[in-house]
Amino acid sequence: MSDPTHSPPAGGGLSEHARHEIDHWLTKFPPDRKRSAVLAALRTVQHENNGYLTKESMDAVAEYLGLPPIQVYEVATFYSMFETKPVGRHAISVCTNISCMLCGGDDILAHVEKRLGIKVGESTVDGRFYLKKEEECLAACNNAPMMMVDHVYYENLTTEKVDEILDRHK
Amino acid sequence: MSTPAPAPSDEVNIEVNGVPMKARKGQMLIQVTDANEIYVPRFCYHEKLPIAANCRMCLVEVEKAPKPMPACATPVAEGMKIFTKSPKAIAAQKSVMEFLLINHPLDCPICDQGGECELQDLAMGFGRDVSRYNERKRVVKDKNLGPLVSTDMTRCIHCTRCVRFTQDVQGFQELGTVGRGESTEIGTFIEKSVDHELSANIIDLCPVGALNNKPYRYRARAWEMTQHPLVSPHDSVGTNIYAHVLRGKVMRIVPRPNEEVNETWIADRDRFSFQGVYSEDRLQKPLIRENGVWQETDWETALAITAERLGRVAKQHGGAQIGALASPSSTLEELYLLAKLARGLGTANIDHRLRRSDFRDEASDPVAPLLGCSIAELEQANAVLVVGANLRKDVPIIAHRIRKAAIAKGAKVSFVNPQRYEYLFPVANYCASNGLHMFDHLVGIAAAAAAATGKSAPESVAALVVSAQPSDAHKAIAAQLSDGSRRLVLLGAIAQRDPAFADLRLVAAAIAELTGATLGYLPEGGNAVGAHMAGVLPGRSTGGKAVQAAGLNVADMFAARLKAYIVLGGIEPQHDIASPAALEAFKSAEFVVALSPYATAKEYAHVVLPIGTFAETSGTYVNLEGRWQSVPGAAKPVGESRPAWKVLRVLGNLSNLPAFDYVSSDQIADEVRKQVAEGSGAAPKAAARTLQSKLALAAPPAGNDVPLYQIDAVVRRSPALQETQEAQRGQGEA
Repeated sequence: MSDPTHSPPAGGGLSEHARHEIDHWLTKFPPDRKRSAVLAALRTVQHENNGYLTKESMDAVAEYLGLPPIQVYEVATFYSMFETKPVGRHAISVCTNISCMLCGGDDILAHVEKRLGIKVGESTVDGRFYLKKEEECLAACNNAPMMMVDHVYYENLTTEKVDEILDRHK
Repeated sequence: MSTPAPAPSDEVNIEVNGVPMKARKGQMLIQVTDANEIYVPRFCYHEKLPIAANCRMCLVEVEKAPKPMPACATPVAEGMKIFTKSPKAIAAQKSVMEFLLINHPLDCPICDQGGECELQDLAMGFGRDVSRYNERKRVVKDKNLGPLVSTDMTRCIHCTRCVRFTQDVQGFQELGTVGRGESTEIGTFIEKSVDHELSANIIDLCPVGALNNKPYRYRARAWEMTQHPLVSPHDSVGTNIYAHVLRGKVMRIVPRPNEEVNETWIADRDRFSFQGVYSEDRLQKPLIRENGVWQETDWETALAITAERLGRVAKQHGGAQIGALASPSSTLEELYLLAKLARGLGTANIDHRLRRSDFRDEASDPVAPLLGCSIAELEQANAVLVVGANLRKDVPIIAHRIRKAAIAKGAKVSFVNPQRYEYLFPVANYCASNGLHMFDHLVGIAAAAAAATGKSAPESVAALVVSAQPSDAHKAIAAQLSDGSRRLVLLGAIAQRDPAFADLRLVAAAIAELTGATLGYLPEGGNAVGAHMAGVLPGRSTGGKAVQAAGLNVADMFAARLKAYIVLGGIEPQHDIASPAALEAFKSAEFVVALSPYATAKEYAHVVLPIGTFAETSGTYVNLEGRWQSVPGAAKPVGESRPAWKVLRVLGNLSNLPAFDYVSSDQIADEVRKQVAEGSGAAPKAAARTLQSKLALAAPPAGNDVPLYQIDAVVRRSPALQETQEAQRGQGEA
């Protein structure tokens, strides 16, 4: 429905905490620029929902910020930090940009794929790991090759090291 | 640096391709080159949309700039030298074209846009004849945007014109750019249709074949068709359209740009209504009912019987037993000839105000229900009070202009309506029913205006105003209407259909008088103003001249159960006429002749004469500004149907009426124009009415609001429009 006036009351689908968090971010922007808080709002909502965004949660953000839902969908689909489908518990990003590529990043990625039995963009059946789609350079070229698991950087990787890291994530 | 002449402060001197020219400060290069007819290729730039600068096709060389600059997003500066066709500019444009074509499919032979495609045209000028690209092209899944717009999203070049249209013209963003990089797609993300009443304009905006006209899909090629100007008859705006015609048949409708009326937009209703021209129940031949059985006949017989039967009623019962009714969407010529025929037969029972029910002070009607300013001037309004109108649905183009005033100029737009309708712009005050009749709100506003201005209220409402308790909203509206150079009080279709219209208008007029605002009308039907000019009224003849003995208005014509009726223009009583007695009155009449394109007239008529629709007849429409627009017919009439003005002319001849020998519709229009000029300003002054007590009416009856796609017989027959969410919703409520 195209009609902003026919929607349910503002913030209906958001938790107390999420609303509090969004309100905090809203204070950082002019009152007529609520759209600026979309990124922070989506991050909060995603954290509360097993690492992905549902249509309902995006609509709730749109509602709360007074935006057309499509503007929230645009942001959610543009940034690789946001997921719009259910994913595994632990998000793995293996860098394959130039420095890492030169230092064997592609081998690391192939190893992860083989070990987990999934391709990039997929999650393991047990819901334990999610191997994210190609990330751009994660800015750790000095210690390439590298990967990121749940926002933590692991550098100077070897296949043995990768196995050990993955074993630690249950 | 030497400047040639001291330029005025907001003017700068620039040079394009070596030719010096003047530009206004803040203008973009492309606006200057467009104004000077220097062509710069573009996809994303559109003069009516905000600038995005994302297609890069308009790159031009600017002296001293290290790189080519996008002409659509580079503001002019004093002394700037621009080269639109230099080797550097052409090289840049060609490179951009190569990138745009990387993912564009080579499916022009099966693409509806072929032959009128901006990408195809520019590829001719700027594309390489051989592609250097050997990789796989991307494929994008098509979206279902509803029954009006078809999608082939693989063809999309991401210019975002459609996205910007939904955001800035519609006022609610429905489309967006989803994803990023090579996976960028234009769409709604979730499965949904685009629903706005202007939504199909994205078809024209799309520079490629990604968004196309769904009902027109695979029906014709652009170069096979001929283009004919028409005027849309569905609302009083007089929207300019082109019919694209193949072998005598309308294939599609596109906008005919006219800055003063519809700019480059048309409503979806104007675009898709033509499907109703070819509905299955179009009549092929004249029909007569003999002993209760319908028979096809030839024109000669049908016309002879009609003239004979009408003459017989006039002779036996007197002309006053004949009533003449016309759809307000008929052409001026049809309306005028109907009135002339009726008067010739000796009756003054002539009317076109089919959905009006309150005629108490029809004598105070203006010569014509005009807007009170030009359509373009609406954008300069400071304050507008709309009384009784579902503005977006009744007159989409007017709603768009008022929206622009509200957004760009901060105009204070307020509504008094029986219910809350949605508006996609800031509304200053909204007085919805809340248990109050529109009348109570108006009295409150009048009281507030009297208090604020210190003037005494006009006598007509003085007694009411004294006891009124204005709310804060009423006070705000009164104050806003008193402030600024252009203020309007507009009476919409819902007010005009209200059982207390006379009282509503009296108070609205008092508000206008107190605040100094202009009282205007938003009449329904494409030619309501024309019908007033042509004298299709019981009390007035051509140009608003009072008649000696006034006839019956539409409501009284049915209450009186006349012996004969002449019904013009596809009127379907259950939809088009407010009076519930209409159908019964027709059925109990001795003789009813219907001039209608559709077979539904068989329900109530004795003779049905098949006439051409708006697309099949030449004629004139007078819009709510009083603008006369004459157009030739576009398509071949279906079957044996004939333009109604010719049918009426022959009926006049057969009835032996004088001065009925017209050879063209222009001749008729000229006659009306001459009479209007003679009779201008001659509207009779009515005796002043005084309102003493508060209305005894409750909130107005439901059903006063006619849904967007139910407004007339042609629109009701457009399958595409009837499949829209909008129409489906309307049906659910009805």
